[in-house]
Amino acid sequence: MSIDDILQEFEELLDWEEQCDFLIDLGLELPEISTELKRDENIVHGCQSLVWLVAQRVVEDGVTVVRLQADSDAIIVKGLIAVLLAAYSGKTPQQILDRDIEALFERMGLNQHLSSTRRNGLHGMVQRIRGFAALHAV
Amino acid sequence: MSEITRSHFDPRNVRSEFPVLNQELKQGRPVFLDSAASAQKPRAVIDKEREVEEQYFANAYRGRYSFGARIDEELEGSRKKIKAFLGAASDSKIVFTAGTTLGLNQIAFGWGRGRVLAGDEIVISSMEHHANFVPWQQLAQESGATLKLLPLTEDGRLDATAFEYVITKRTKIVAVCAMSNVLGTENPIGDLARLAHDVGAILVVDGAQSVPHRPTNVAADNVDFLVFSGHKVYGPTGVGVIYGRADRMEEIQPIIFGGHMIRRVSLENSEWAETPARLEAGTLPIVQAIALGAAIDWVNQTGLASMHAHEHALLEETTRRLMEIPGLTIYGPSPEYKGSIIAFRIADLHPEDLATMLDRRAVFTRHGHHCTMPLHTLLGVTATTRASFAAYNTMEDVDALVAGIQFARQKFRLT
Repeated sequence: MSIDDILQEFEELLDWEEQCDFLIDLGLELPEISTELKRDENIVHGCQSLVWLVAQRVVEDGVTVVRLQADSDAIIVKGLIAVLLAAYSGKTPQQILDRDIEALFERMGLNQHLSSTRRNGLHGMVQRIRGFAALHAV
Repeated sequence: MSEITRSHFDPRNVRSEFPVLNQELKQGRPVFLDSAASAQKPRAVIDKEREVEEQYFANAYRGRYSFGARIDEELEGSRKKIKAFLGAASDSKIVFTAGTTLGLNQIAFGWGRGRVLAGDEIVISSMEHHANFVPWQQLAQESGATLKLLPLTEDGRLDATAFEYVITKRTKIVAVCAMSNVLGTENPIGDLARLAHDVGAILVVDGAQSVPHRPTNVAADNVDFLVFSGHKVYGPTGVGVIYGRADRMEEIQPIIFGGHMIRRVSLENSEWAETPARLEAGTLPIVQAIALGAAIDWVNQTGLASMHAHEHALLEETTRRLMEIPGLTIYGPSPEYKGSIIAFRIADLHPEDLATMLDRRAVFTRHGHHCTMPLHTLLGVTATTRASFAAYNTMEDVDALVAGIQFARQKFRLT
């Protein structure tokens, strides 16, 4: 599912109840990462639940892109991870740096519905991804 | 204020006295199951705060005018009510502080510093809240004393067979909670006081969870110090109490200086006022300390014994119903050994996810480590969900909790 599809579907939902159910579905569908990737160094701090995030630079058809894998022990967080992966994974470092993720969260109403600890966790993941992209941007 | 003692305890009547609970949210009627963190306030307490603010507010123990005199009188009245509520001897002392955390720090550093020396031992338990853990850990580190833990049984009670091995002649302080904020376990305070005194140690009690839910008797239990918070006993935030036996309270040195605690200051030296003023630096949380007295009046009128029996019935029913849920583990002993707190986990359902789903049903629980990281390490989990009951909870609240859990299990495809 592309980020635009997710956004469109999200906006068609009536209220937070339905949006939360949608995030749960995304979370339940997100594949688990392998156990060997669930190492301490891949843990994103600042989350109440455990979050693992692995970023890789790969060259696809001559273009350098960032591939992301991530997982959590909490399902709604996995749903949010699915949103981030749709927004960022497979994009070039410059595309990642150019994306206004705050505007996306705003449109999805996430700032309103997520607790402050969860928002911090989400921003922790964004920082990690942007940091990686900044290292590999030309 | 009415002085009627209710002849029949009816949780619906009690609930109707709490404005915050009598509103309709978008998700429904609020089901408040986080009173172990902070209890809601009855109208009597809110009204008392308003009365002080609107009718006679002034700083305490300073003004020679009528407002100031009324404030002083109300504060002393509040101290008297607290003393009676704790079953304290008439010559014992009540010191107002910010809450349980500050109170325990004042005891650790005001009493412990200089008395606890290298080679001495401080004994706490494995179920302590960080507020009754970290101050002692810090005191042990700065003094060179050893911090020892009373171990727990499999089901989360203090292991009485270990008492005599852990509490020794080197022990200077035994500091335990009367009721665990996670497991709900009620501890044998009288026994621990005897064991502590037998070896020349003092007993410090964290009463934050027990004081609101069951009768306290510091004199009968021979407790040296007991601390509790106003906001857990239907009173305001920002105020707490240190109870001290008369002689012990004199032994505490101030650790915070200035304001009301001063008698005389010169360039070379300063002298302190009498107890309790000596230990009440700065300006007191005046409105809150007075309204705490109103909260205690409210508890007395509602009847602590009736409240306890009611909360216990809720705990037993919740325990029975939760045990029927597949994959659910309850942490802590069976209801007969505990107060009205129940901590649990459901296999494959993260506490954070559960909390979100319960919130969607207006069921407010707490999740996380509840400021007891060492206990959670012992339990082998990073987080639990905690439901805690107060006098205003009803059997419908238990139904709502169970329905909320079933709703979450269904949404997360666990059924």
